[in-house]
Amino acid sequence: MVPRWPAFLPLLFLVSLLCFGRPCLASSSSDTSHGETATSSGHGESGGHGESGGHGESLNITTLPIVSWKWSHVTVPYFVALWILVCWLCKLVFELNHHLTSVFPESGLLILIGFVLGGIIWGADKAQTFTLTPTNFFFYLLPQIILDAGYFMPNRLFFRNLGTILIYAIIGTCWNAAAVGLSLWGCYEGGAMGDLDIGLLQFLLFGSLLAAVDPVAVIAVFEEVHVNEVLFILVFGESLLNDGVTVVLYNVFDAFVSLGGEKIDAAEIVKGIISFFVVAFGGSLVGVVFAILLSLLTRCTKNIQIIEAGFIFVLGYLSYLTAEMLSLSAILSITFCGVCCQKYVNANMDEKSVITVRYAMKVLANGSETMIFVFLGITAIDKTIWVWNTGFILLSLLFIFIYRFIGVFFLTWILNKYRLVPISIIDQVVMSYGGLRGAVAYGLAAMLDESKIKEKNLMISTTLIVVYFTVILQGITMKPLVQWLKVKRVSSSELKLIEKVNNRAFDHVLAAIEDICGRIGDNWWTRGWKKFEEHWISWLLMKPSARKSQDYIFGIFHKLNLEDAANYVTEGERRGSLAFLRTDDKAGVDFKKKFGSEFAEVMPDIMADTSEAGFGIENVPVTSIIHDSVPSVSLNIYEEDMRNTAQDINAHHLLQQHLYRSRKNHRHRYSRSHFGINESENEVQEIFQRTMRSRLESFKSAKMGVTPAKKITKHPKKVREQREHKHMSNGTAVDKSKTHPYGDEDFEFSEGDSASGVSGGSSFPMRVTYSAGAGIENPAFMPEMDTPPPMRNPPWAPGSDVDATVAPSQRAQRQLPWTPSNLRRLAPLRISDRSTDSFVMADVIPPPPEPEDPAQGDGTHM
Amino acid sequence: MGSTASTLSKIPDVETLMQETGFTPAHMVRLYDRFKALDKERKGHLCPQDFGAIKELAENPIGDRIVGAFFSQGQETLDFHSFVRILAHFRPVDKDRPRDPNVPEPINSRSNKLKFAFQLYDQDKDGKISRAELLQIIWQVLRAMLEMQVTEEQLESIADRTIQEADLDRDEAISFDEFRKSLEKVNIDHKMSIRFLR
Repeated sequence: MVPRWPAFLPLLFLVSLLCFGRPCLASSSSDTSHGETATSSGHGESGGHGESGGHGESLNITTLPIVSWKWSHVTVPYFVALWILVCWLCKLVFELNHHLTSVFPESGLLILIGFVLGGIIWGADKAQTFTLTPTNFFFYLLPQIILDAGYFMPNRLFFRNLGTILIYAIIGTCWNAAAVGLSLWGCYEGGAMGDLDIGLLQFLLFGSLLAAVDPVAVIAVFEEVHVNEVLFILVFGESLLNDGVTVVLYNVFDAFVSLGGEKIDAAEIVKGIISFFVVAFGGSLVGVVFAILLSLLTRCTKNIQIIEAGFIFVLGYLSYLTAEMLSLSAILSITFCGVCCQKYVNANMDEKSVITVRYAMKVLANGSETMIFVFLGITAIDKTIWVWNTGFILLSLLFIFIYRFIGVFFLTWILNKYRLVPISIIDQVVMSYGGLRGAVAYGLAAMLDESKIKEKNLMISTTLIVVYFTVILQGITMKPLVQWLKVKRVSSSELKLIEKVNNRAFDHVLAAIEDICGRIGDNWWTRGWKKFEEHWISWLLMKPSARKSQDYIFGIFHKLNLEDAANYVTEGERRGSLAFLRTDDKAGVDFKKKFGSEFAEVMPDIMADTSEAGFGIENVPVTSIIHDSVPSVSLNIYEEDMRNTAQDINAHHLLQQHLYRSRKNHRHRYSRSHFGINESENEVQEIFQRTMRSRLESFKSAKMGVTPAKKITKHPKKVREQREHKHMSNGTAVDKSKTHPYGDEDFEFSEGDSASGVSGGSSFPMRVTYSAGAGIENPAFMPEMDTPPPMRNPPWAPGSDVDATVAPSQRAQRQLPWTPSNLRRLAPLRISDRSTDSFVMADVIPPPPEPEDPAQGDGTHM
Repeated sequence: MGSTASTLSKIPDVETLMQETGFTPAHMVRLYDRFKALDKERKGHLCPQDFGAIKELAENPIGDRIVGAFFSQGQETLDFHSFVRILAHFRPVDKDRPRDPNVPEPINSRSNKLKFAFQLYDQDKDGKISRAELLQIIWQVLRAMLEMQVTEEQLESIADRTIQEADLDRDEAISFDEFRKSLEKVNIDHKMSIRFLR
């Protein structure tokens, strides 16, 4: 607790500041939350204040005021900002103390600090000036949390378990509402609560607003306990989707209460049921429509990249408001907007924008979550809302707790008959126990109409008690419970390609087995949907360029590569330079990973980073950079001694043209729209990617002078011949890299991007560029690296089996044992060459892979 | 249910088979019907061509690997018992059924499921997934994606990386042990099970 105090002082100061400002707001009634984002009344007031204050001063001045005190002018926005600051500082203070947060969930702590803050305000004002109003909550605090939840939803998991989630969300919630409402009514009739002015319908209304598990509370608590993903998605998905049910139930019973008991007939009840479907599905539909709009929009935001991230927030919010306007379920709408758009938006937008969205989303969601909990606490410190009725409150708590358990266990019992992986008893316990109520329930309770429901304050008090009980007590005990029950935790999510490849293969296996069994099962649907999605939806919503690289496995692969590259650079910085790559056999960096072909994709990042961090390009003359930095990060670590000046000149030219100059130009420029991003950086990246890819290619072949010859001799396929032909005909140093062993269509991988290239050379597939002899113009500067050095030419020319016995260069030999992946660099081309054509021909019936030639195997191990 | 009993009686040795595979009588009947439906010429066994008649299977990028898995090496025919035994790999694991230590591991155990997957990759049956084999399956699996423009190089990179991850003894190939270890965290029971075979 000690570290709390220093940070607590500014907090107190802020609170006192807030209280100080109160007199200006004294005219307002206490139900307006000034601490929050301005409500309509807040706006009006601030406007009024601003005007009157301004006028007053301007009328009475006798001399020119140099500065004037215009507190009333800024009151409302000032309070909003201050409260945001205070709430976030609370979070900061808690997070300083790990012992505290490891025992108590943050949400509970925030509510507790809310009590304290509320107490301070109450002490100063003798009234609760700041409360959480439904308007603020539903319009300004909730949407971003739900959008965040939807946008980061693990889609696959979510849709796999959608059936289960829906059962819990719909039937479970209805059951909760009905059971709690009816039981409370029964107890009331039985005389357990004394004299209250509540009818059956009002009990049901109360039950319905308390029925729903709250997404905010659930996210807050479950994110900290790290239960296994299925359990998490069940609770989390339920909490998101049951909102539709709650809103409908709430509206229906609200209407019924207004209508009065006797006017409710079968027709009204049928209408209620219909309205449920309309509200839920309509809301979801609105969300999907907005997701489509959003995806389409991001297809063409290439030129306004700096704000494209904003569209997600704006359109997401609009989907929320639209659904609200149509009296559909707003939460469902924004959830589905996030869920549906994520894939396409992420693919369409620039990577930087994707990262921007990701962080901005988290800032907003986390920020408003913090505020919600703090204000839930503050709200409680208000004498006027508290009505105590022991029977009512305790029975509500009891019933909510019990019926949640009953509902979950009963539904799971049914579901387990159909689920592939049954939900274990322990998971059921955690699910039941995780039925936290939160701010949504409070917001709904606060929206009740006091003229119709006499005991509104009792309901609010009870709701608050329930919220505190579930969030604080159940939240605190959740972690120990999870540990004690040994609930399966989420396994460390280390990225592994092999798992992904396997999963993909298993999908096909399962689909095939289902076909063989002749039954339409889950995998059949999955596959059908995937096909449809790839055929049509991606076509419609994704940029062509993005579509080509969308595969999930590539995503993982790319991530792994980035990770490697980052490690690689870190290691380089630790050692002072990346020179260790050349000189040190046993570098601490994991060479096994480092030297994989992954560089093809990552290299631009490496280049950028190293050139900035390691070598201070700005101060170093270009020529020296070429001499020092480029080789050190190049893949051709075995070949540095083979460079010659001619290639240096090429590289020089290239670098000057495409990398360094542009960096210099943009480094110090202020631009609102460009944010230090070189407009042509895409092109530069593209150039680098291509460069690195082909450099890698040449690296593979040039490294030992072994493989290429092998390829030629053993697999005189057409492509190979072409390649060879080129080598022969050009015979220049540049030559080798320009021939890409694969067909043109393969090369279009990133053509979409390159189409926008500034420099003409880069917009063509590399091979074309090179063979046109445009080596100098071409930004790719691998020539320098890729020259087949004279000493390695012999193995080429004869094209005989001798190559297998050609000794690699000394360094290569020395390094072999330490860089096993390098060995693979030899094998790949050989084998894949063989299989390339057969693959193309036999999509359906692939030939069995040919066993490795033992002789070649030996060669590679040499 | 009368038809169930009558169909069951037609299946030779049905009791042993059910015990071995853990399928219920309803499953057996259903699979038997399916078997007969696939066996269009009523020859009492299936050949690879019979599987070829399944349209979706022909579209499956690794369909013929799976068909291949049904036929043990050198054999061209598949009787009902083998058919059921292969499919039993995909029966979900039932945890509540107590395991008898004397009985050999059921067909749908984790390691048997893994073995089945492994042999799908290991086409030359040398007990190792070589780089070529892996590359091939990655190719097939990824190529299944429509409009995917995959360069050979990317596939190779992925194959390399995949092998690196799993290859513990650095022999450039994935043995079954390595395969099992690398998939330790994957819920095979979940991933290699089909709901309606439960």
